[in-house]
Amino acid sequence: MFGARRQGRAALRVGCGNVVTSGLTRAFELARAENRAALVAFIMAGDPSPDWTPALLQALVAGGADIIELGFPYSDPLADGPVIQAASGRALAAGMDFDRALACREAAADVPVIAFGYYNPLFVRGVERATCDIAAAGFVGIIAADLPPEEAGPLESACAENDIALPYLVAPTTPPARIALLAARATGFIYAVSRLGVTGADAPPSAGIAACIAQIRDVTTLPVVAGFGISSAADAAAVAATADGVVVGSALVELVSRADSLASASTALESQCRSIASACRRNAEMPVVPA
Amino acid sequence: MTHALYDSGPDQRGYFGEFGGRFVPEVLVEPLRQLEASMREAFVDEGFWSAFRALLRDYVGRPTPLTEAANLTRMSGGARIVLKREDCNHTGAHKIVNALGQVLLAKRMGKTRLIAETGAGQHGVAVATAGALLNVPVEIFMGTDDMERQSLNVYLMRTLGAQVRPVAGGSRTLKDATNEALRDWAATLATTAYVIGSAVGPHPYPFLVRSFVRVIGDEARAQMLDRYGRLPDHVIACVGGGSNAIGTFAAFIGDASVRLWGVEAGGRGLSVPGGHAASLNGGSVGVLHGARTFVLQSAAGAIAETHSISAGLDYPAVGPEHAHLRDIGRVEYRCVRDEDAQAAFETLARSEGIVPALESAHAIAFARELAGRLSKESIVLVTCSGRGDKDALRFASAAATS
Repeated sequence: MFGARRQGRAALRVGCGNVVTSGLTRAFELARAENRAALVAFIMAGDPSPDWTPALLQALVAGGADIIELGFPYSDPLADGPVIQAASGRALAAGMDFDRALACREAAADVPVIAFGYYNPLFVRGVERATCDIAAAGFVGIIAADLPPEEAGPLESACAENDIALPYLVAPTTPPARIALLAARATGFIYAVSRLGVTGADAPPSAGIAACIAQIRDVTTLPVVAGFGISSAADAAAVAATADGVVVGSALVELVSRADSLASASTALESQCRSIASACRRNAEMPVVPA
Repeated sequence: MTHALYDSGPDQRGYFGEFGGRFVPEVLVEPLRQLEASMREAFVDEGFWSAFRALLRDYVGRPTPLTEAANLTRMSGGARIVLKREDCNHTGAHKIVNALGQVLLAKRMGKTRLIAETGAGQHGVAVATAGALLNVPVEIFMGTDDMERQSLNVYLMRTLGAQVRPVAGGSRTLKDATNEALRDWAATLATTAYVIGSAVGPHPYPFLVRSFVRVIGDEARAQMLDRYGRLPDHVIACVGGGSNAIGTFAAFIGDASVRLWGVEAGGRGLSVPGGHAASLNGGSVGVLHGARTFVLQSAAGAIAETHSISAGLDYPAVGPEHAHLRDIGRVEYRCVRDEDAQAAFETLARSEGIVPALESAHAIAFARELAGRLSKESIVLVTCSGRGDKDALRFASAAATS
């Protein structure tokens, strides 16, 4: 089953002029064709040790992740709750840095990988150089958690030049007019934040997420993924009914933090991904969400 | 007379020249816009300002005195040294001015809960005080290392009815307390106002804070003209985030004859990695807590650990307006090391009977040095941003154990 999906994805990429971002597009198209939401899985590069990351990425792929967000550790992750903060701290203490995080990407084979982090490391490296390096390493996009479009002019240009996606987040506080602005400037997909606050599995997505996704769909045809607070198969199933993708982050990072060996971390990640991927399948009776 | 820069504030996007802006997660963008809109409404409402001024007069005890430090002047052997006595504010530092202003605005916005970050605890005590006076519950985020270093202020905040929320992440100091306050705010926006403690953070905070604390410089300028019939030749203030300094400088920016000096925490020396907190003298341009400014950071953009003998200056960035004032050459920024600040703390206590905060002692140390190089006709105005009771305890325990 999973082998067939990967073959399918690889075959679909052949002949595309726009190979990098099309990997992302194909992942959403394939999920839609199979009447399910794509599983977007997050882990932190270098947590708890740089040696673990390639195997953990492979575990995500084996568990059925359609898209991966790889966290670039940062000293001051102010959009993150305690679980990802701690992971970031462990990764930095273990010597993970920008270049080593770039090198991790290849372990995820042909699954599209997004570089997820904060703006200052990109700014200090030089936005153009950082974007070029991220694209050259094979990432399909960048999410900078603290960079609204008003401040993102240079990064938008660099991503366009390097043919990688720059998705924006839509928060529960974002007013409708601003959703249109974010949708007009985002590329790849829109990330709907499912509740107030920071990342973490301590509180479930809010009931308002379906309405938020509907508002986003009114103004864009980009795929919409939902994240923040999705930790269980039940949370995922609820969100998968309306979203094109379901982001699971803190719940996976927590599994890694609890594991006492790489083997047990890999097993736990793969099994949790498989369970959530299965919950992302929509009921046969449920209507397919229109594009 | 004020400078055009100061009448207009930052540009529409919250930039002072190349510095400032609003680098925040999307969830905070709309709340910051609402704060900005409410601020602009309040600032053109005379009722708002008269309520603020009444609190400053009747509760804080302003205007604060201007005191000529005659003994220190004699010891320095040059220019006359005049102190703007922010140590005389209720709660012991200029921080109460900003706290009252922001809490008045929060009440006007209908907020029912206040949060704030604190490093040394001075801002935490100020917000706890304002919350007690104006009947709004307060929660203060404070790094666990700072809680240990500033236990007196932790006790004061609790006595004032505030809840102190320990922050054990990161470096367990001010920058982490700020991160945690922003995280809390992202979850509690509807009911909660985030009362930031310095002229830092995303737009409109640097402008908001400066608009309140500029009373320091406005008073001092009028007092100088009244008493000496002229402006000072030099104006000095210490700079961590930079609120007392921007509040002091604001009134003098347009006075071309007045040289302005900001004094950063030189710690153990600029050459010691992690050994100082001098963002403008030893840092580089980066983005922290929502603003593009000078930041102490690694080559990879990780925010650095900092050190200063004074917890209030121990912050790895600086308000964006200071970055701009340095950039355009209007303010000169220097460093004073721990040992020189400590010496100035003791000197001012013995020469004038004024125990300054260690933060302020950095400005005093530089003032002495500068005054010694100037003629006796010159006047140096120094802002003594707070009193040193909180630091006396630390030296007392060090003396007892040595």
